[in-house]
Parts: sequence; C-alpha cells; structure tokens
Amino acid sequence: MTSNPDVLARLRGVGKVFHRGSEDIHVLRDLDLELRRGEFLALMGPSGSGKSTLLNLLGGLDRPSEGEIMVCGENLAALAHHPLAAWRARHIGFVFQLYNLLPTLTAERNVELPLLLTPLSRAERKSHAATALRMVGLAHRARHYPRQMSGGEQQRAGIARAIVADPTLLLCDEPTGDLDRKAGDEILGLLGALNREQGKTIVMVTHDPHASHAASRTIYLNKGQVSAAPPE
Amino acid sequence: MKYLPLILAGLGRRKLRSFLTLLSVLVAFLLYGYLSAIRAAFNAGVSVAGADRVVTRHKVSIVELLPVSYKARVQGLSGVARVACSTWFGGIYQKPANFFPQIVVDPQDYLNVFPDFILPEKEKRAWLTARASVVVGRTTAERFGWKVGDRVPLQATVWPKKGGGQTWEFDIAGIYDGAKKGTDTTRMLIRYDYFDETRLYAQGYIGWYYIRVADPAGATRVCRSIDAEFANSSAETKTEPEKAFVQGFAEQIGDIGKIMVAILSAVFFTILLVAGNTMAQAVRERREELGVLKALGFTNAQVLALVLAESLFLSGLGGVAGLGLAWIFIAKGDPTHGTLPLFYLPPADVAAGVLFIAALGLATGLPPALQAMRLNVAEALRRN
Repeated sequence: MTSNPDVLARLRGVGKVFHRGSEDIHVLRDLDLELRRGEFLALMGPSGSGKSTLLNLLGGLDRPSEGEIMVCGENLAALAHHPLAAWRARHIGFVFQLYNLLPTLTAERNVELPLLLTPLSRAERKSHAATALRMVGLAHRARHYPRQMSGGEQQRAGIARAIVADPTLLLCDEPTGDLDRKAGDEILGLLGALNREQGKTIVMVTHDPHASHAASRTIYLNKGQVSAAPPE
Repeated sequence: MKYLPLILAGLGRRKLRSFLTLLSVLVAFLLYGYLSAIRAAFNAGVSVAGADRVVTRHKVSIVELLPVSYKARVQGLSGVARVACSTWFGGIYQKPANFFPQIVVDPQDYLNVFPDFILPEKEKRAWLTARASVVVGRTTAERFGWKVGDRVPLQATVWPKKGGGQTWEFDIAGIYDGAKKGTDTTRMLIRYDYFDETRLYAQGYIGWYYIRVADPAGATRVCRSIDAEFANSSAETKTEPEKAFVQGFAEQIGDIGKIMVAILSAVFFTILLVAGNTMAQAVRERREELGVLKALGFTNAQVLALVLAESLFLSGLGGVAGLGLAWIFIAKGDPTHGTLPLFYLPPADVAAGVLFIAALGLATGLPPALQAMRLNVAEALRRN
C-alpha cells in the first residue's frame, strides 16, 4: 500500500456525501489522514462533524463518495462486499458505545463470535475467548449474560470481543460514552494497556477531552475536515 | 454446527413468542399427520384395488340388484378368469356405532378373486362346510374380541329373515388376515347360499360382481364386453375397474381428499402468517445485532443463512415434533376403534410432510432473511 511501512492507514482526498431527499449533506470533504502503526489516535469533534462516518470508512463499513482509503495494505474502495467482509474479520476490531453484545449469549459466547469466521475448533475458540476475557479482567464473568453485568463489564466484554481475533486495528466509537467516570477510566486504562503492551493501533472517537488524554495523538474533525487543533 | 448457538440465541431472544410459534407449527403438522391417516383410511380400498379386478353393478345404481344368473354368462365371456358375487348385508352388531362391513359372498369364488385374503386351510374348510358360518377380518375380530367358534348376532336393516325375524346369527368359522398392508381386514363374509334361502325377498339377486380378468391389460375390453352382453336387458350393467368402483363408493360421503386438502390449506396458510410474522418481527428487533455481526466480518450471505436457518430450525423442530406426535397417536389406533379398514401414516405423506416443513421454513424465513442480507451495516449501527 503505502511506501512507508510505519503507516497503517492513509486517506487521500476522502469525501462522503449523504443524500437526504433532494439535499446533499457533505459530512467529509477532501480529507487527508495518516495513521501510524502502534498509534493511539483520539478523534474529537462536535456532533455531526463526521467522526463516526470516518470510523466507519476506516473499518470498511461504509464507502467514500470520493478519494482513496488504504488500510492494512488494501484499497477499501476497490474491494467487493465479500472480500471486504473477510478483510474486516481479519484486520478490524470494533468497540461500540452501547457495547452491542448479543443479549442471549454469555460473555464467553459473545467474545467467541469473531472466531466463528475462522477455521478454529470449538476448543480453540473457547481457549482464545477465555484468554481475551482474562486480558480484560473478566474471566470470572465468562458464563454471565450481558444483563447480569454492569456497563463497565459489558464494555470490557465488548473489548475482549474486539481483540479476540487479534486484529490489526481497533476502532472504538465513544467507548466510555455510556459509562460513569470510574468505569470509563478503567476502559481507557485497558485500551492504553492494549496499545502499549500489545502494540495495538487504536482509533477512538470521543466527545470527552478527559478520554482523549489516554491517546498518544488527538485530532479534531470540524465541518468534515481534520485539524490538529480544536475548533474555536 | 458452530453457528447453532447463534441460531438458538436468535430464537431465544423472545422465548415466549418463539415457543408459541413452535407450538402452532407443531399443532399444524400433528393435524396434517392425523388427517393424512384418515384420508389414507378412506382411500384404502382404492390403493389396494387390484389392477386385474373389475366390478359389474346395475347401470342405474349400486342399490339396484342384478340377477345371480348373470354370473354364468359373465364367466363364459372371453378374458374373464373368475367371477364372484357380492351383496351388502348392512347388519348392526349391538349398536349402530359398532359399524363394520358385512358382505354376502360365494366363498370359494370370492377367495379366488381376492387372493390377498389369507385364511388358514382348516378354517376355510369349516367355512365351506357350515352354511350359517362366516369369516371375519382380524381387525374386526380383535375389535370385538371374537374368536373362532363364537356365535355373533346381527340385526338386519336391509334383509329381514323369512317370517319377519330381524336377528341373524352367524358362527365364526375363521379369521382372515391381509396379505399386504392396506388389505381390508374389517369385513365379515357371509355365505350367499345360506343368506339367499333365509332372506325374506329378492331370492336370486345379488348386489354386484367382482370379476378377475385373465390379463389386466385387457380389463377395459372385458368391461365393454360384459356391458354389451347385458345391453337392452331389464338389468343393464355398468362395469368398471375396481379402483374406480371403490373410489365412487367412497365419494358417496364426499371427496375426503378434497376436504382434507381444504382443511390443511387453511391451517398452513394461517401458520405461514404466524411464523412469517414471528420471523419478520425477530429481524426487525435485531437490526443492531445483525449490524454488529456484519461489522465483525459476517458476509451478507452468512447473515442471510443465519436468519434462514432460524426459520428452518423453528419449522423443522415444530414440524418434526408434530409429525412424531401424529405418528404416536396414530399408532395407538384409529379414532373409530376399528371402523376404518386401516389407520396408518403413509410414508408418502411423511415425505410430503418433510417437504412442507422445509417449504414453510423457507417461505417464512426468506423475506426477513433477504431484509437482513440487504441491511446496511453503517445505518444499522447508526440507530444507536
């Protein structure tokens, strides 16, 4: 992809337009961005600035209206649906604001979900899920259902699900947005540890300046464009 | 199999709703199985009717009698192997609800025409010897607890005895079995000679003839030649293959097959709506979850397959349980306690049931599965 092996993702001239009836809404405009391997990037900006849209584009959940997105060696705009899904399973781990665990599956089964797409045996999947749960300090909750866990614990399980298949890039959409400060700090601590100790590259969307302090770099989105300084 | 927990998780999201849908599918297939057995019972005579047998009756109606003298003339026609005469006796044993068919026959010829009635040689000899004796099928004998040597009284409804007596008494000389599944073993066979000399009127007349043809391929020609033989006589005949005759006889009380199909169509249409609604709701409520699966790397085809598998699982479990329960109930015996000549779930109907189960699963699962497949993952997650 990129000439520099340290660069994990490169966006060039990316634009995204949503159509609402006859109106065109330009969420992202001519956006350039580079993401280095091992980086923990916080993405901040006001509501509607395009943070989640950018995250979706980086994760291959959506396609740009214009421009080029190279992530983990692939031009995402050029990938058809099936290879794009396979690429996502291989390279991307998602952490959602509302955890998005399946309510009828235990924490262990939720964490196992991405591994269903791999050729691993049931025993191997179980072992990998147990390891991921242990890494997020949730081994004792493996057999619990989401409704039996606190918000912080559910988010830990969500992180375990995101890292269980050892993805190249973790994309976190407001991971502390639904948590109190204490639980939020624990999640930020966990993400920081994954970045430092496991070398995970992380992009985190957040509204919270406190949360952005956990990141190694913070960028701001405003009116669809990136800046290194917060909007005035 | 690794996706099974995910399939069960989808169904377990609304346990009560899934359970009620499962129950309705179960009841539908229980009904299907049971009605199939009843339909098979009504069609039993048709399905076991011999290709080498034709039936000659009065041209006007089955209730009009034919002279017994026709027997020798029919026997003399080309292509005819054996002729046996039959008459409906229509007696009542104890109470009308104890219905079973009683047929007046000429024993030796009847057994020749119906080789699938298996009667032990000793009992056959006893029947041919004692004029007031009868043989009964195994089903009826077991139904009333009869055994060889018992005397059975029947109240006449059609044929009073000379002197006006209504009660006929017959000694059971033998109990016959069917050579194959589907052979009617509910009949009582009464000797014609004893019947004819004892009845009050209509001596020398019988109900209809069974004719065994020498070559089944020539059955149509034999039918034509018999009817031609008695054309322009006082008792013209109508001859047809046994299958058509039995079917016409059964249809006197209505086309059971069509009635069953109408009932089952209504049942399945209702189930289609119930199960279809369940699946559609299940997918609508799980947009975010399906979006998460796609975000994790599940392809559109995999999401479609998952939703379809849920639907097939629901209809499969309910349908197989329903058919299984029907089989158990049917094995316990027919609801009339022996009036039906046979009562079983035909394998062809089981196979059709399995196809219906699959069709139900596909029909109810495909629309929501396609909806799930087309779900835009970014939009599904944006709802949060």
